[in-house]
Amino acid sequence: MATIAEELARKQREISVSEFFERNRQILGFDSTVKALIVAIKEAVDNSLDACEEASVLPEISVTISKVDQNEYRVSVRDNGPGVVRAQMPNVFGRLLYGSRFHAIRQSRGQQGIGISAVVMYSQITTGKATRIRSKIAESDVSNDIELTIDTKKNRPSVVKDDHFIWEEGGKRVDHGTLIEFSLAARYVTGRQSVMEYLRSTAVVNPHATISYTDPEGRTYTFQRATETLPPKAVEVKPHPYGLEIGTLINMLAYTQEKKLSLFLRNEFSRISDRVAKEICEKAMVSADRRPKDVSLQQAKAILDAIGGTKIMAPQTDCLSPIGESLIKRGLKNVLGSLRPEFYAQPVTRPPSVYSGNPYQVEAGVVYGGELASDQPVAIMRYANRVPLLYQQGACAITQAISSIDWRRYGLEQRGGTGIPYGPAVILVHVLSTKLPFTSESKEAIAPIPQIMEEIDLALRACARNLKSHLNKKETKSKAAVKFDIVTEILPKIAEKSSKILQRPVPDISRTITKIMNVVFIEDGVDYDAKKKVAKASVRVRNYTSRKQELKVHALVPPAELDRGSIYPEPEEVSEDGKIMWNLKKLQPLEVVECTFSLKSMERDDYSENEVYISDINPATVIGADPLPGDWGIKTFELEEAEVEEADYDEEESELSEE
Amino acid sequence: MKNEDKPTPLALEKLTEIADSIYKQLEGGDIPKMSLPLRTKGNIKFDNRSNVWKYGRATGIRSAKKAVGAYMLLRTMHMLEFIGEMIGNLKSSTLREMYYISEGWGKAKFNSQDESDKLAEDLEIITKCLREDFKLRPEEDGARVIGNLTIEETDRKGKKKRINCRDDVGDSGYSIPYNVESDKVRLLSNDADFIIAIETGGMFDRLVENGFDEDFRSVLVHLKGQPARSTRRFIKRLNEELKLPVVTFTDGDPWSFRIHASVAYGAIKTAHISEYLATPTAEFIGITASDILNYDLPTDKLSDVDIKALEAELTDPRFRDAFWKTEIETMLETKKKAEQQALAKYGLDFVTDTYLPEKLTQAGII
Repeated sequence: MATIAEELARKQREISVSEFFERNRQILGFDSTVKALIVAIKEAVDNSLDACEEASVLPEISVTISKVDQNEYRVSVRDNGPGVVRAQMPNVFGRLLYGSRFHAIRQSRGQQGIGISAVVMYSQITTGKATRIRSKIAESDVSNDIELTIDTKKNRPSVVKDDHFIWEEGGKRVDHGTLIEFSLAARYVTGRQSVMEYLRSTAVVNPHATISYTDPEGRTYTFQRATETLPPKAVEVKPHPYGLEIGTLINMLAYTQEKKLSLFLRNEFSRISDRVAKEICEKAMVSADRRPKDVSLQQAKAILDAIGGTKIMAPQTDCLSPIGESLIKRGLKNVLGSLRPEFYAQPVTRPPSVYSGNPYQVEAGVVYGGELASDQPVAIMRYANRVPLLYQQGACAITQAISSIDWRRYGLEQRGGTGIPYGPAVILVHVLSTKLPFTSESKEAIAPIPQIMEEIDLALRACARNLKSHLNKKETKSKAAVKFDIVTEILPKIAEKSSKILQRPVPDISRTITKIMNVVFIEDGVDYDAKKKVAKASVRVRNYTSRKQELKVHALVPPAELDRGSIYPEPEEVSEDGKIMWNLKKLQPLEVVECTFSLKSMERDDYSENEVYISDINPATVIGADPLPGDWGIKTFELEEAEVEEADYDEEESELSEE
Repeated sequence: MKNEDKPTPLALEKLTEIADSIYKQLEGGDIPKMSLPLRTKGNIKFDNRSNVWKYGRATGIRSAKKAVGAYMLLRTMHMLEFIGEMIGNLKSSTLREMYYISEGWGKAKFNSQDESDKLAEDLEIITKCLREDFKLRPEEDGARVIGNLTIEETDRKGKKKRINCRDDVGDSGYSIPYNVESDKVRLLSNDADFIIAIETGGMFDRLVENGFDEDFRSVLVHLKGQPARSTRRFIKRLNEELKLPVVTFTDGDPWSFRIHASVAYGAIKTAHISEYLATPTAEFIGITASDILNYDLPTDKLSDVDIKALEAELTDPRFRDAFWKTEIETMLETKKKAEQQALAKYGLDFVTDTYLPEKLTQAGII
């Protein structure tokens, strides 16, 4: 008679990965029919972009959605990538957790290799139809055309149709590329979380890709590439020992080709030298010569502890490939340009950093004004490794970092100084890493890890300060315009009229003009020389007061492009991080000084607005530049209290209309 | 102060002084400015001699340092020039025409008629002249009078017409002209006991239809909402010259309280001429918050704007007495207002048979 345990064991059978996901499809993001459509397209487009970049091809991707019936849509995504060889086609598209990227430690869009095969499976589960794959590699004359399904119990692809054909598009032979076409239960919507928005967002951070989209009504939209330069390829690196988990370590110990523990440590991880490997073994009290396969669980734990207690160089960060400040700006302009934003804050790419042994990096950009909606929360564009995140905004580190900044200080509205600010702005944040911490398998939100939050915060504040500086400049410019209007238009007319009434000569009003202006006026501008690729910036300082003035003028510029020889007049100081400081001594009344400098190898629009600050003068007497921000570590002038004035007659009159 | 025989040279002289002051400031290298009494409720003071509210000593500055001030100074210069021309050419214009004239002033043109009307008032305040002295007159008035009152009006052709405001007029009554000074309107005789100034046309007509003027020997004056200067001046003349007591009969809401205030105490906007416009002995017999409760009148809910207006009145020095304080606070508590025509709840005759006799008795008029 069988024991109960034996009975139970007979009922237990292996649940395949495919079967598990079939039952838990929300884990992959297929929890609603609206979302399923976007997620499916996203997985296919991610695959295409990754494939193109790996093969150094400028991506050309077209997405087409057509309606089958009320609940079913057919999607096709075609790319000009390198193609997939016939032998690998079933595995790449029809097997979960199969992919070339799963074992590599580097920044890539797909990480777990779950994506595209989950789409095939979702299609199969909801429509019963097979997925069609067409692919051609450059080396072959014919293209493969297969249809496949997944045997969910075995996690094995099964090819239901296998054919060849000559691939032509628009009368031209296709050189290489892949097309995936599938049907799925879906609902098509427009708006903030839609295919269009996803593709638009994708185009912003992939300015090297041309993406075209044909919606179910047959309308085609195309996002043309804004640059011909491919992003640098992400470099594959070995894992860094910090942040290693026990399970991973045991797996690595079991599968390594190395015969000795010390060699295993040195060769399978980055930043471990012979000396460090020895130190770890000694601390863990495990022989350096032990065969990795023979390391016990106890010993593995000891090794992990030893790693934690050993000083190891931070992981290399050159494996990350940020979009870069210039391309973020161009990507944003390319996609948002039709809304005519008034200002693109200088995007910020933070230097790489490390959390739990994983290198990561943060980029941010802010767009302001124009036809962006001003009475709504700002639009947040979240990206993880160049992939737009559309769902679970609230749970995401990016949203939380944005919400914890007091944007009122930077010129946006925000109730109580926390939460998502309101105003005509788009905030873009891109987090990239070899291993991004997502809140769930569906990779919809970045987990709020403190180190990452801090970097996002720093990047955002830099952009925000740039925005504020622009808004201040705009405001002071309009204030200055008002004063100029008074002294150039109104005052001469008052003088003329009063003299006409009294029949006396027109009085000289120049002294009155100085008294009304009573400012040091700063105007700045940038001229771009397209031939020399040089941006020439100027800061004109005019003393519009009746006294001599002394002040320091500071400009913050990109240090790498600054042509130091071009700075005029002789600056008092130029710092490594791009701060130029001029000391203007004894500026006579009505005297003008023009400070200039040039930036080399710039594209148009790379540098379109100066960041100019002043110090060592009462900021109230200056129009056109802000006092130096406190965090520059230079003593700033204490603001004098505004002089007490008599009541303004025209401001006190408001009650009059009531009677 | 008044529109006497030869006001023109004085007004012109005063206006020239303003231009002179601006000119001298420019000549001296200063930022030109003008100082004016603040026209706010915080700056009206009760004048014990005339028993009306006038501007106090607080002043504000209109300076070319700021855009608004600079523009107003330039407009002032334009207006001075224009008035000078009118006086020279023996012309006059309406306030509205004045506003449209500014269309030709380029950047100095007014943004609204309100702005040009206020500037004309500013000039009155500085020069202590009246806008009529500047050859500026209001659009229309047309407030109506019915009652046994005989006046003599000099018409546009210079003909003197004797008019009895009960027998010589239609049902809409005698229409008050914009100029009610003695050169235009002489008060000849009357057979009445008091003046009743009524806020709304509907109630004026009700009292006319009910024969209130005859039954109660009264002169009915329609205020047409916030009364024009000439209406207030006319009432004051009736009160002073004919020794007729005045009562105001209005709706029961914050705006009606202000109507009474401008008749009896002097309006904030025209506090520089309160002495000339206000009738300090006028009694309020309009709907009060207590009346709403006592007569159980149909009501409307106070709007947010109403509540703000009432709260503003609590800090208005003109309402700083026990009666107004109680009524305003009661209205704020009950959050209810009522129109004078709400009295029709008890029939068309209720107002003339019951309400007014009761209120007039309380006020000691009858």
